[in-house]
Amino acid sequence: MTATGIGAPVRRKEDQRFVTGQGRYVDDFNRPGQSYAYFLRSPHAHAVIRSIDTGPARTMPGVVAVLTGDDLAADKIGGLICGWMIHSKDGSPMKAGPHPALAQGKVRYVGDHVAVVIAESLAQAKDAAEAITVDYEVLPAVVDTAQASKAPVQVHDISPDNTVFNWHLGNKDETEAAFARAKHVTKIDLVNNRLIPNAIEPRAAVGEYDPGTDSYTLYTTSQNPHVARLVLSAFIGVAPEHKLRVIAPDVGGGFGSKIFIYAEETICVWAAKKVKRPVKWTADRTEAFLSDAHGRDHVTHAEMATDESGKILGLRVHTTANLGAYLSTFASSIPTYLYAPLLSGQYDIPAIYCEVDGVYTNTAPVDAYRGAGRPEATFVVERLVEKTARELGQDSAAFRRKNFVTHFPHQTPVIMAYDTGDYAASLDKALELADYKNFQQRKQESARRGKLRGIGFSSYIEACGIAPSQAVGSLGAGVGLWESAEVRVNPTGSVEVLTGSHSHGQGHETTFAQLVSDRLGISIDQVSIVHGDTDKVQFGMGTYGSRSGAVGMSAIAKALDKVIAKGKKVAAHVLEASEGDIEFKDGKFGVAGTDRTLGFGEVALQAYIAHKFSGQDLEPGLKEGAFYDPTNFTFPAGVHICEVEIDPGTGVTKIERWTAVDDFGVIINPMIVEGQVHGGIAQGVGQALLEGAVYDQSGQLITASFNDYCMPRAIDLPSFQVGMTVTPCPSNPLGIKGCGEAGAIAAPPAVINAITDALGHEDIAMPATPQAVWRAAQKTRMPTAAE
Amino acid sequence: MYAFEYHRPTSIREAANLANQSEDIKFLAGGHTLLPTMKLRLASPANLIDLGQIAELRGIERSGDAIVIGAMTKHAEVANSAVVREAIPALANLAELIGDPHVRNRGTIGGSIANNDPSADYPAACLALNATIATDKRRIAADDFFQGIFTTALGEGEIITQISFPIPLRAAYAKFRHPASRYALVGVFVAQHTGGVRLAVTGAGSNGVFRIAAMEEALSRNFVAESLDGISAPMDEMNSDIHADAAYRAHLVGVMARRAVQAAARG
Repeated sequence: MTATGIGAPVRRKEDQRFVTGQGRYVDDFNRPGQSYAYFLRSPHAHAVIRSIDTGPARTMPGVVAVLTGDDLAADKIGGLICGWMIHSKDGSPMKAGPHPALAQGKVRYVGDHVAVVIAESLAQAKDAAEAITVDYEVLPAVVDTAQASKAPVQVHDISPDNTVFNWHLGNKDETEAAFARAKHVTKIDLVNNRLIPNAIEPRAAVGEYDPGTDSYTLYTTSQNPHVARLVLSAFIGVAPEHKLRVIAPDVGGGFGSKIFIYAEETICVWAAKKVKRPVKWTADRTEAFLSDAHGRDHVTHAEMATDESGKILGLRVHTTANLGAYLSTFASSIPTYLYAPLLSGQYDIPAIYCEVDGVYTNTAPVDAYRGAGRPEATFVVERLVEKTARELGQDSAAFRRKNFVTHFPHQTPVIMAYDTGDYAASLDKALELADYKNFQQRKQESARRGKLRGIGFSSYIEACGIAPSQAVGSLGAGVGLWESAEVRVNPTGSVEVLTGSHSHGQGHETTFAQLVSDRLGISIDQVSIVHGDTDKVQFGMGTYGSRSGAVGMSAIAKALDKVIAKGKKVAAHVLEASEGDIEFKDGKFGVAGTDRTLGFGEVALQAYIAHKFSGQDLEPGLKEGAFYDPTNFTFPAGVHICEVEIDPGTGVTKIERWTAVDDFGVIINPMIVEGQVHGGIAQGVGQALLEGAVYDQSGQLITASFNDYCMPRAIDLPSFQVGMTVTPCPSNPLGIKGCGEAGAIAAPPAVINAITDALGHEDIAMPATPQAVWRAAQKTRMPTAAE
Repeated sequence: MYAFEYHRPTSIREAANLANQSEDIKFLAGGHTLLPTMKLRLASPANLIDLGQIAELRGIERSGDAIVIGAMTKHAEVANSAVVREAIPALANLAELIGDPHVRNRGTIGGSIANNDPSADYPAACLALNATIATDKRRIAADDFFQGIFTTALGEGEIITQISFPIPLRAAYAKFRHPASRYALVGVFVAQHTGGVRLAVTGAGSNGVFRIAAMEEALSRNFVAESLDGISAPMDEMNSDIHADAAYRAHLVGVMARRAVQAAARG
């Protein structure tokens, strides 16, 4: 390991600019002649638009244009798309309703886009938007996930029962047979609460058109600029792919919400040509609440069958997933292929059957949010495992251990083939760090103070590094999920890495440079990471699903191998040795068995001056590219243990201890990994205790500001005990599994298992707010000090 | 935000004259309610009169048996005031619990009570401490000042100049924060005066800050938390929303009242 190589806790290179205000975010870009877009949004959850009168607005001061869905239709601009085809049990394709970037005839959620005003200033655009008259015929709305398919309201014509698909996975017959021979069946009903992502930087876009070259530029808050360009060109049709440059500069958090291709960004590109001016839009926080794709929102009934010894025989799950008013870019894949294949958890479960009904409602679209399907699956498995252990009177840890997968590879009944892991090792380490053996003592001490203490486990698994293109293609993905890299070595020996991954907080400028440092033996200060610009970087798939280490860095590793191979050829010519005798070690190319060496920088210079070889026998230059497609998903896994103390007088739940032992495979930068774990736990605790999007029955979003939507704060969290175990991932050259989502996946069931342990009953939903816990604690018999 | 005229007087007289001569005015104190409301286009005064340059509206002093605080004094100044800490520590503690450091260094006591947000902290202190609110025109007892949600005895163009808090024998404020906003979901201020106990509740009431006579009488007889046993807050006067329904709020009033009494008794 070099001082800045793989495994070194290097401080993040990018933080200097972030913490000193030198970052460049989309809103920091201002183009000459720029105009401002403001979207008139629907105040109704469901309404027919009888007419829109934009006449008075057009004459308002500073107004450049007022555009509606009619203008989009006249320009033959396509609708927004959902890029993952799901088929129902009967083989029929999912029912995707139209999703125009500006409403055409109907609005389907509060915040839906009705018109856009483009003006000299944002204030003028807002003034003009108030002068637009929309004649709405307000319709009843459906917001409730569980009731959507039965509601007398139809969100889309294509789907009379508001159902997008009735999908299933697993083997129904084998599962029924397992339940038939079970000694015990545990049942649970769960709601996975709807979340609003709230990245610190709201979405923003600047669209620009150059009539001289007939080309477009879009500055946008994207996690995957090439995918945005592909969708905007090939499907929506606002600009040809080769004439559209998408730039995603510094991006202040995504958590999934910036994967998707939204109406506003689309409109900025389209309108820039129409008004012949750059068009800028920056969401305010209210718009972010209303129109960013939300996460989760499942209603589930699940059952677990066990035999007389407490071995799990089978699992059956029925989930209704609220997809909102329109299918967002990857919405259909989240509650299906990113959900049900994780239902085996860390356990050897012989039979699993899962049904998922995706439904439309008059709410904001729902799509991937940190974890994306896997937190929902983990919540089902870990709540059910916990409840089963309690019903069987078995120790929670012992019950899990008894059912762990112990032999690898392990084929689950739900697609996934786990490659490697040591779940018992993580559990052992977590039990020790959490001081599990003295928990009862702490519980009694809390009881003496009139408090309820509980402990909760979460033995999670996730599928990351998404994934082999062939596999996801067979499951309905519209794209491949490989990654690309190009390594450009400069004549001075410094290195630029062009990556298809995109950093929006993950620290790629540091970790990716560490890989280069490790392989080439140069300092990370000699390495620049370039990403987020389709004019600079080759096509890439972007960052989500904890894939940038396992897939993005593997592509870089592959390109680095090619650079070293080419460097050996150059060195052979310069050192007048046979290529086969050249070794590359510690940043030096040398002739085996001699002391003749060339430094990496010297070889770089020789490659470009090409004085020591002819361009006929060896091409000048040192630049290599690679595309990497993994052979499997990766399977990070671990154990989180949460210990809470509840004040039954107020219902306040205080997290006293948090232990996380994760197996992320090989770790590039332990400091960054710990940071990812901390942030993920914070978001998971947010879901469990604090966050929850609430719509009223008319479809108004009640939690549309931070006054009502409660984000986690530092004071809500304890100091985390983070430990690691390592089983290197065999399906990529670096042994990386991924760490970005683990905390958010692991945390919610750990918290709720701890609260239900403290309460002594299972009747608490997320978010377990003080009010909810206080009410639940009414049913709890207070322990006496003697207990 | 809509366009408006901005005025910055340097004396109370100048501010009052501006208010008299202008249409559709709002006074700007710390601006932590008014400015966001204006940015969201929910308020659109034609004239904004900024009181921030009026030196005579600021300051804290002890005047006989009372602490007198200028209306434009910031929460952080009250929280950090040695004079307040010494005479009415509960009031300094309350100021320290308002919002976050940004809010405490902009928000003012006068702005808070003039707005009379049903979840604000200061109204509870004013009622329980039997404060007198002085304006450029008159002096108003706290009991007469707060008249329901966002409603006060202030007349059009009337400017709060200072608030006078009689120093109690002992007092304490117990606040249960709203999980999201950090306003008071329920806040109870209790103060024992030579003439008896006053107890005021903010955050919980559907009609803003209020006193609970039964609790005051019980505590006046015996200033211990146990005196509150069996006395419940009036459920039908409780606010109810997604964060806390009336039953929970009523329950919390009892819990916070006990905790306030215990804290006051501890000193």
